[in-house]
Amino acid sequence: MSAESCSGRQWLVTLPSLTWLAVFFVIPAMLVIITAFRPADLQGGVGPGWTLATLREVQDPAYLPILWRTCWLSGATTVVCLALALPVAFQMARAGQRVRQVLLLLVVIPFLSNFLIRIFAWKSLLHPEGPLTKLLIGLHLIPENAVLLNHAGTVLLVLIYTQLPFAILPLYAAAEKFDFGLLDAARDLGAGPWRAFSKVFVPGVHRGIVSAAVMVFVCCLGQYVIPQMVGGTSDEMLGSKIAQRVFSDRNLPHASALAGGLMLAVLVPMVVIVLWQQFGRKEAE
Amino acid sequence: MKRSWLPAVITCGVILFLFAPLGVLVVNSFNASRFGGEWEGFTWNWYEKLWEAGEVWESLWITLKIAVSASLAAMVLGTLAAYALHRFRSWLQNVHHMLITLPLVMPDILMGMSLLALFVLTGIETGLLTIWIAHVTFCLSFVTMVVLGRLQDFDFTLLDAARDLGATQAKAVRKVLLPLLLPGVLAGGLLAFTLSIDDYVITFFVSGPGTTTLPLRVASMMKTSRSLPMINALSTLLIASTFLVAVCSSRLQRRL
Repeated sequence: MSAESCSGRQWLVTLPSLTWLAVFFVIPAMLVIITAFRPADLQGGVGPGWTLATLREVQDPAYLPILWRTCWLSGATTVVCLALALPVAFQMARAGQRVRQVLLLLVVIPFLSNFLIRIFAWKSLLHPEGPLTKLLIGLHLIPENAVLLNHAGTVLLVLIYTQLPFAILPLYAAAEKFDFGLLDAARDLGAGPWRAFSKVFVPGVHRGIVSAAVMVFVCCLGQYVIPQMVGGTSDEMLGSKIAQRVFSDRNLPHASALAGGLMLAVLVPMVVIVLWQQFGRKEAE
Repeated sequence: MKRSWLPAVITCGVILFLFAPLGVLVVNSFNASRFGGEWEGFTWNWYEKLWEAGEVWESLWITLKIAVSASLAAMVLGTLAAYALHRFRSWLQNVHHMLITLPLVMPDILMGMSLLALFVLTGIETGLLTIWIAHVTFCLSFVTMVVLGRLQDFDFTLLDAARDLGATQAKAVRKVLLPLLLPGVLAGGLLAFTLSIDDYVITFFVSGPGTTTLPLRVASMMKTSRSLPMINALSTLLIASTFLVAVCSSRLQRRL
């Protein structure tokens, strides 16, 4: 597979997916940013002309607590998911062929199960009349009138629940390639199990850790269904605001300004990472 | 050497954490109690109610139409994309690779928002077609990644062998590459199918009147407490079908 100039055949097989993504991914993303500079019209569309008014509106200090909440919820979810997923990926990669396949299936099933259903499951579990609330009251672990739903903590719990498979799968992919002989060597040289895990295994799968962390963190940043369904009115995240601007206020430019900001915050570092990896790949060749 | 038992314990705990809420859902779909706090006896009642809810089945039909057509389109586009990415090394493929990777890390809400902006600004009426376009777009990257994984195991000297034995390039691809690649393509298609059936956020942004897919229907059912036990029943059926799809898909990926 030599480096060749872009032949006609290469263009022919590349063009379908490239065109599709250019038209339905790149152009729409640019349109969001452009729309932020257009005035709103009353039908939920975009009026004629250009304006900077929306950008001034978005600098409303009322957004600051929401931005802060979005960041800390996403950060906390990422940390907890990684802490739980690392030992799971470790265990999966060390297990025998059969156990490994069963474990993988067990992680994939919640990953593929309907997102809404998984949120609904927690909603009914934590409902004041639901099984978990009744159980905890029965064990006298929480007061009789405790409400488990509609807290920032509930949002965090359900975020962790929905994102956990996204953390386990890339970590497992990295752990599968890890040479576990290194771990035995570390143990032979006198390292305890924790030291071997943290000094040999964790650095060995650092690429997997980076992709799992990025995956979880970025997914959380855009969440709005979870705070809407299990959170209270004071637990809104940035995504909740974007959805409200589109569907309640029908103010597309305002929503676009918020979404555009989030998009730049997500895509610019991502493009840098991808370019850096491609550069690294070229170096390796 | 003695292995620590801690990872095994955490793994069991995580699996329990992942499945306990789903398990409660399944049990409650047979529970006569409306809120499922206590066991009040076995019943098929919720399934009967679900069977009579015509609008749910209508939504299922819409969802299936979109899922089948979107995953077929994503399979064709994704397989071509994976072939191009694997076969060629050039600046074009670097750009291509970046475009395939970015949708994987784009939060759903941004993808929904940007497609909505496209459709509003170009004056395209939202409906079945716009949902289909959105689904093909987010499935494409996933299919490409699965097929690319398969291609990396493919022995390209087999194609040269076919050419040496007198096959044309087109025939070699059709008779050698495609059959060997088929399990990967099918697994990618199956993943696209489940992603399409499950999607709520992106669909919500680009749906129009009369295109209530199943997740949109579930979301509106969740707002009325009368239909909550029916969601338990529906969820149980969906989880069961997800289980079947996951088992089929892992069988497909193991072959070759």
